[in-house]
Amino acid sequence: MKLWLSILAVSAANWLMKAAGPLIFGKRDLPPALVDITRLTAPALLAGLIVTDLGRDIDWTELIGVAVAGTLNLLRVPMLLSVTAGVATTALIRLTSA
Amino acid sequence: MRSPDRESFVGGLRLGVGPALATGVLALNFGAEARARGWGSVETVAFSAFAFSGSAQFTLLSSLSGATVLAAIVAAMVINVRYMVMSVAIAPSLRGGRFARVLQAQAIVDASFVAAHEEDNRYDVWRLIGVSVPQWICWTAGTAAGVLAAPSPELMHRLGLDVAFPAFFIILLIDEVRRSRRAVLACVLGAMISAGLLFVTGPSYALLGAAAATLIGLRRRRPDEAVAVDPGRQRR
Repeated sequence: MKLWLSILAVSAANWLMKAAGPLIFGKRDLPPALVDITRLTAPALLAGLIVTDLGRDIDWTELIGVAVAGTLNLLRVPMLLSVTAGVATTALIRLTSA
Repeated sequence: MRSPDRESFVGGLRLGVGPALATGVLALNFGAEARARGWGSVETVAFSAFAFSGSAQFTLLSSLSGATVLAAIVAAMVINVRYMVMSVAIAPSLRGGRFARVLQAQAIVDASFVAAHEEDNRYDVWRLIGVSVPQWICWTAGTAAGVLAAPSPELMHRLGLDVAFPAFFIILLIDEVRRSRRAVLACVLGAMISAGLLFVTGPSYALLGAAAATLIGLRRRRPDEAVAVDPGRQRR
């Protein structure tokens, strides 16, 4: 039940945020300060998400895989290839150190 | 549909195939990981069909296992607040009555928003919809495939698939920090706040605490702090 509620709440919030333009603001602009804050929510929360995800139980094989994916993406390698390379690196390390 | 609209829609479909394939593979991971964390098949596929948002879905899936339900929901909602900004930007280009415009706005995802942008700062609505259709299909079908394949947690760990989530997040983050110096600052501050809170509290509060970093948005922008948007980048 909790899972369904979570799913519906997040989905509904998504619909509402996408509908906010035509539904609430019409052709008016958002206040500049609010625009600045909303632009920063993704980088702040993504950083928090990565820290809480990787920092709970530190696994160095996972850290190396994530670092590989991030580095490749910084070098403009497409997202899917970067993630695949990160996954493959971690799998290889786990295979050789097992 | 008028002929130019049809052309825009077909052009959008063509543009959407590339991101859709990448999206499908990511969705496969989402479906498999959700099953591994005990989510039901129907809930997982329904979530992809309803929410159609990688960042919100991964956030909920990832944070539900460590955070309280409310904190996980709030984090998944807040991470997509950028859709509101996109919706406001695109509103003048939407057509028809209010309901029709609300429906059209549901096609907003990162890749379609970028693809629909035209030189005169308007947006081609039919191209927006065209780019999103293959992505939605691949996202939902990919999730179903991941749910059906449902590899065991041990196998997923051995194959390194637990890396897919944080790797996806870090790539989204790189995309974000490329946009401005303030985004870099918000990222560093968010990470520091979370890491600090992780020592004294649970992951849910540590995650939500990162949102405090957005308050630097209230600081006045200096003239040399130009926003550097890289239009060549596309993501879901």
